[in-house]
Amino acid sequence: MPFISADQIKDRYDVIVVGSGAAGGQTAYTLTMEGAKVLMLEAGRNYDPTNETPMFQTNAQAPLRGAGTPDKPFGFYDSTIDGGWQVPGEPYTSASNEPGRQFEWWRARMMGGRTNHWGRISLRNGEYDFKPRTRDGLGFDWPLDYADVAPYYDKVEMLIGVFGSNHGLENTPDSPEGCLQPPPLARAGEQLAKQRAARLGLPVIPIHRAVLTQRQDPNVLPPKIHPNNPRAQRILAASMQERAACFWATPCGRGCAIRATYQSTTVHLPPALATGNLDIVSNAMAREVLMDDTGKATGILFIDKTTGQERRAYARVVTLAASSAESVRILLNSKSARYPNGLANSSGLVGKYILDTVGARLGGQIPLLENLPPHNEDGAGGGHVYIPWWLYKEQHAGKLDFARGYHIEFASGRGMPSATSFNGLEAVTGGSYGRKFREDARRYYGSFLSFAGRGEMIPNEDCFCDLDPVVKDKWGIPVLRFHWKWSDHETRQAAHMQKTFAELIEAMGGRVTAPPAANGALAIEPGGKIIHEVGGTIMGSNPRNSVTNQWCQTWDIKNLFVTDGGPFCSNADKNPTLTMMALAWRASDYLLEEMKKGNI
Amino acid sequence: MSTPLPPRIDRRTAIKWVLAAAASTTLIERGLPAAVAATPASSGAITPVTAAGYGTDPNLVRDYKPGDVWPLTFTDEQRRTAAALCELILPADGSHPGARAAGVHDFVDEWISAPYPTQRADRVTVLNGLAWLEAESQRRFSRGFADLSETQMTAIADDICYEPRARPELKPAARFFATFRNLTAGGYFSTREGMAEVGYVGNTPLVTFDGPPPEVLQKLGLA
Repeated sequence: MPFISADQIKDRYDVIVVGSGAAGGQTAYTLTMEGAKVLMLEAGRNYDPTNETPMFQTNAQAPLRGAGTPDKPFGFYDSTIDGGWQVPGEPYTSASNEPGRQFEWWRARMMGGRTNHWGRISLRNGEYDFKPRTRDGLGFDWPLDYADVAPYYDKVEMLIGVFGSNHGLENTPDSPEGCLQPPPLARAGEQLAKQRAARLGLPVIPIHRAVLTQRQDPNVLPPKIHPNNPRAQRILAASMQERAACFWATPCGRGCAIRATYQSTTVHLPPALATGNLDIVSNAMAREVLMDDTGKATGILFIDKTTGQERRAYARVVTLAASSAESVRILLNSKSARYPNGLANSSGLVGKYILDTVGARLGGQIPLLENLPPHNEDGAGGGHVYIPWWLYKEQHAGKLDFARGYHIEFASGRGMPSATSFNGLEAVTGGSYGRKFREDARRYYGSFLSFAGRGEMIPNEDCFCDLDPVVKDKWGIPVLRFHWKWSDHETRQAAHMQKTFAELIEAMGGRVTAPPAANGALAIEPGGKIIHEVGGTIMGSNPRNSVTNQWCQTWDIKNLFVTDGGPFCSNADKNPTLTMMALAWRASDYLLEEMKKGNI
Repeated sequence: MSTPLPPRIDRRTAIKWVLAAAASTTLIERGLPAAVAATPASSGAITPVTAAGYGTDPNLVRDYKPGDVWPLTFTDEQRRTAAALCELILPADGSHPGARAAGVHDFVDEWISAPYPTQRADRVTVLNGLAWLEAESQRRFSRGFADLSETQMTAIADDICYEPRARPELKPAARFFATFRNLTAGGYFSTREGMAEVGYVGNTPLVTFDGPPPEVLQKLGLA
């Protein structure tokens, strides 16, 4: 059982999983390891990270020295295929023309979805993050606690391989012994930031990222991950042995041919396929959930993009993991006389409370970092350290003018020079050219660094998506229309970020490359820009206030699940992917139990 | 940790494999582009780019050269001027090739010939700027820019190398110079020679990542 064409789909499966990214990958992995027969539908093409990843290519080998373009917004070598802020032939629309009310939607039409290029930052939500309303009266509490999710965080960390360390900080959970891999040492700029940030009372600690800093132990981990399932242990052990540890070169966003980082295509799908329980059809664009007369889901109607024809696939259970907004789109497009507002929508909340992460950035030039002796700072690709939110007490005491926190990510150092690495250097050189410019390039290379805030947004009534009444994609499927508006909580948080970053840069003896924005509305990135879109099928304690229960099972249709970011009813500052995988695993365990009991 | 099972693919094999894969596409010797599109020079009108881009699913592991994906623009005269300006911005010195020898002007040509919004805007800036530079050289020294002495080139460049200091009537030329310097630096320092020159020593597999060396920590007061 493997990659098959639409013609080879079997008559019936236990579960259909729509999507192959972090959520679909985790869902299919858990289900197939426990013996369920699964059909996965992926809207994009198949993708082979072993042979398609540009390992060690330099920018001089790429068109435009690798610079980003509308075809490849994050640069030529970014692993995203047929995606980006726009997908050809598959538009989305905005309800407003106002600049502050835009939502930008990053998609990737490829096997493994956005996991191939993601930043790999893997932070656990803390106890507060699941009960935000209890803490400050805003937004929604989750119908579960940190303790419910913690065992799944453990398993996901061990499975995918996450480096990091424990510091016992408030609402920044420690992982049990044996879950995390050792973090890499901090780079020069990161160490300098740590020394100077301490003077401001900001803790700089190793970040958690899904990169193997050492090989996984195939004897120890599989029995912990799959107790009482020797076959799953064997399959996982074999898969772990195919993964090399990071060799500290080539950026993670290109994907990783040696499987040192987590991506669904190198970590979830190979063992799931090895069970023999998984069929995957690519170029299969899900359009609707099929229903029977008794109110049960029976399968998926999809477009086979290779022929343009409609096809149907059937299963006992349907799980949407198409990305939170795409899953909303499928539910809303599944409308019929019986379900005029789409499926699982008796609450009217499908598409409501979509969330992204608050993002703002500020850069600086640090004279201390000029003319450093050349040394290799590639490291594990992204940042090695971060600053977790440090003002929980002050915020809780009402001393800040915004309700939720943010963490700070670093971009520092001596990265591989690109087309734009030396742009605007005249701001510090006064316009040198010739031999002096050569000297200046050597002097200033590696002396720039920037801080990026990643903060919690509070769900609000103005942020939702629905179907555009007119526009359809090239397959004839109605597209999503986004409605967006930041509240003062987010823009004030962005202003706080700017002030903090300027203080950090000053504490490092540096100068900001642009003045910090006092008005957060000018600093905040547009909605969607951080690519942490979640919500839209939020979970809750009852069918009136939510679309799914704590098991990602829709209240209205018992055999229909949404295991992507859709059920998030808050979006902590912690990057959402790790939590998404933990919740997908938990939901899949429940799904298996319910199937066994005959409830679905 | 206990001893892992004998791995099917160990690190050494993985590195070898990846290196072999990389080596097959890394030997870049940038020659002249096979054909330079014959568009009329300095007529004042800038021909729009009509070529297609590389799309949303390009081959990421092959080696690309200017002109491979979309046709180039420069006439022989523009190319000579651009090469001379590249060399003025990053001249050869004892131990490093100049931007001309590194073929950076061909990268600039590739850039301004690309069918994307940033590059379309830079196309206007660069082609108008090169025409201005030629005209200015003729006006001041009665010769094309590429045929000027270094002193003569410098006399022009000093007036436009930093926009905040440029005379009002020379601001557009200064913006051209800034754009061209960005492209020259990006084009040059992303080559192997350029990366080595600024001290980028990564992109090589390591068994361990040891963080900054002691002399770096010492210099930062972190030792």
